[in-house]
Amino acid sequence: MTSAVQFSAVEKHYGAVRAVDGVDLSIAEGEFFAMLGPSGSGKTTCLRLIAGFERPTSGEVSIFGAAMGDVPPYRRPVNTVFQDYALFPHLNVRDNVAYGLMVAGERKRARRAAADEALELVALPGYGDRKPSELSGGQRQRVALARALVMKPKVLLLDEPLGALDLKLREQMQDELKALQRRLGITFVFVTHDQGEALSMANRVAVFNDGRIVQAGTPEDVYYRPETPFVADFVGSSNLLPPELTERLGGGRVHSALRPEAVRLTPGGHAATVTGRAFLGQSTRLTLDMDGHRITALLPRGTDLPADGETVHIGWAPGDLHLMKADA
Amino acid sequence: MTTLDLSAAPRRDAAGLSERVSDALWRRPRLLIALLVLPSLAWLGIVYLGSLFALLAQSFFSIDEFSGQIRYELTLRTYAELFRAHNLDIVFRTVAMAASVTIAAAIVAFPIAYYAARYATGRWKAVFYLGVMLPLWSSYLVKVYAWKLILAKEGILNWAFESVGLMWLMDAYLSLPGIGGNSLSVSWTGTFLVFLYVWLPFMILPVQAALERVPPSMLEASGDLGARPSQTLCHVLIPLALPGIIAGSIFTFSLTLGDYIVPQIVGTSARMIGQAVYQYQGTAGNIPLAAAFAVVPILIMMVYLAVAKRKGAFDAL
Repeated sequence: MTSAVQFSAVEKHYGAVRAVDGVDLSIAEGEFFAMLGPSGSGKTTCLRLIAGFERPTSGEVSIFGAAMGDVPPYRRPVNTVFQDYALFPHLNVRDNVAYGLMVAGERKRARRAAADEALELVALPGYGDRKPSELSGGQRQRVALARALVMKPKVLLLDEPLGALDLKLREQMQDELKALQRRLGITFVFVTHDQGEALSMANRVAVFNDGRIVQAGTPEDVYYRPETPFVADFVGSSNLLPPELTERLGGGRVHSALRPEAVRLTPGGHAATVTGRAFLGQSTRLTLDMDGHRITALLPRGTDLPADGETVHIGWAPGDLHLMKADA
Repeated sequence: MTTLDLSAAPRRDAAGLSERVSDALWRRPRLLIALLVLPSLAWLGIVYLGSLFALLAQSFFSIDEFSGQIRYELTLRTYAELFRAHNLDIVFRTVAMAASVTIAAAIVAFPIAYYAARYATGRWKAVFYLGVMLPLWSSYLVKVYAWKLILAKEGILNWAFESVGLMWLMDAYLSLPGIGGNSLSVSWTGTFLVFLYVWLPFMILPVQAALERVPPSMLEASGDLGARPSQTLCHVLIPLALPGIIAGSIFTFSLTLGDYIVPQIVGTSARMIGQAVYQYQGTAGNIPLAAAFAVVPILIMMVYLAVAKRKGAFDAL
C-alpha cells in the first residue's frame, strides 16, 4: 500500500541553518499522525513541505505515491488548518468556507450548499452570514476546519490547531477532532509542541529535535519506551538518570528514565531528602535530592506527605527504570 | 542569604511645583486632555474652518460685469456661470486627469509596495523608503522643471527614442488627437506623466502599509484552497489592500484636482481647475468665480469619500 505522505531524505536549509536535516517518514492512509517537538525543531517546516509552502533543498516529498517536487500548493490534494486560522476578514463565514469551491469555478448554489453542510459538520450551523471578527477563537477554529474539509482533501494538515484555545475548549476540541477524523477517515497530520495533545489524539507520534526525527512510534512507545534522553525529557517529565547513577541502581552504564508517577515511598528504599513540595490537586509533586541528583515524584492523593528537609526512602517497580540505548 | 533593606524607601511626598502640577492633573484627567487638545482645536476651528467658510461665502456673491466690483448680496449667479460650457470643460478635464493619474498611480505603486511589504528586509527596506521619500525632499518646482527638460523636444527622452531608432513611434503617439502635441512637454500626456511622478509616493506608502498588515498565512491559505496566484491577487490581496489603495487615491486624486503649477509648466494651454482659480482671483479679479471653482474639488472629494465609505474602504481603519 502506498503511504499517504512519504518523506525520503528530505532536507530544508535556510542559509547555514538546517531546519530539516534528513527526514525519512511514512504516514499511512487514515492515520492521525502527530509531529511533536519544541519550537525550532523542524516540525512546522515539515508540515509546510507537505502543503507546498516550502520546497525541500534536497530529498523528495510524495503524497499518495506522486512526487510533489514541482507541484505548487494550489495543485496538491491537501488542505491546511492554520495556526492563526487565516480566515479572510473581508468575507463572511459562508464565503470563507466556500472559497476553495469558488476559485475552482463551482456554481454559487452548489458551493453555498456545500459550505452550509461543512458548517454543520463542525457544529456551526446558521453561522454562514457572520463575519470572522464576530466569532470566538473556538468558532474561528471550526470555520477554518470546515473551510479545509469542504475541499475533501486526501490529507488534512493542522498547524498547532489548538494552541490559541483555553484549556477547557482545547480538551473538547481534542475529542471532537479525534471523532471527526475517525468518521471521515481522512489522514490527519498535525503539528504540536504539547506532548499531552500529541499523546491523547494521535495514532502515531514523531518526536522532532534539531531538524531530525528522534523517535517515531505509538504514543505508548514514546511515553513508556523513549529511545533517547531527549524524548524521555520532552514527552512527559521523566527523571533523567545519568549512566553512573543507572549503574548504581542496577542497570547498565546507560542513561535511564524514571517516570515521576512510578516513584513510591517505601521503607528500605533509596534514601533521599525532600527539597520541595507542590500540591497539584489529584496528586502532590515532591522534589527530592538523591545523592546530589534531582528526582521528582508524583504521589497520589492520600499518601502521608513528608515535610521539607525530611529524609525519605523511595523505590519503584523493577520494570519502571527504563534503560535507553547506550549511544544516545 | 541577602535580604532587601526596606527601612529607607525613596521619598514619595509632593514637594516641588512640577510634582504638585502632576498630582493636580492626575486628579483631573479631563483638564489634561483639554490642555492637550485645545490649541490644535483652536487652529482647526478658527484658522482652517474659518477661512474655508470665508471662501464658501465668497462663492455666493457675484461680480458686477460693468464696474468689476463685487456685489455683496447672496446669489447663485456665480454658480450658474460655472455651468457654462467652457467652465464645465475645465471641471471635466481636471476630473479626468485626476482619475487617470489615480488609476495609473495605483497600478504602478502596487507591485513596488508589494515587493517592499513582502520581500524587502533590512537594508533593502531602507533603500525602498529612501527611494520613495527622496524625491519628496527636493523642491516640487525643481522636479517639475526637470521633467519639462526630460520631455522637451530636444530633451533626453526624444534623444533616447532617436538613438534607438524609435522616433517614428514617438511621432505617431504625438500625432494622436487630445493626448498628443508638438512635444511631450506641451501635451496632455506630459502633464499626466509629471502628475504621476510627483504624487506616486503618496500612493506607494499607504498601499505598502496596508499590504504589510496582510498576514502571509492569508495568502498561503488562499493557495492552499486551490487559488492560482492571479486568483489570490483578485480575491484576497487586492480586497485586503483596498483601504490602502483608497487612502492613496484620496491623496493622488485631491492633489491633482487642486494643483495649478504642473499644468502651467508642462502641458497644453487648456486650463485645469487650479489654474482657473489662480487666474480668476488674480489677474481677472473675479473672486466669487474663483471661490465657486474652488468649491468644485471639495464637493467632488466629499462624493468620493462617501462612495468609498459605502464600499467599506474605511471598515478596517
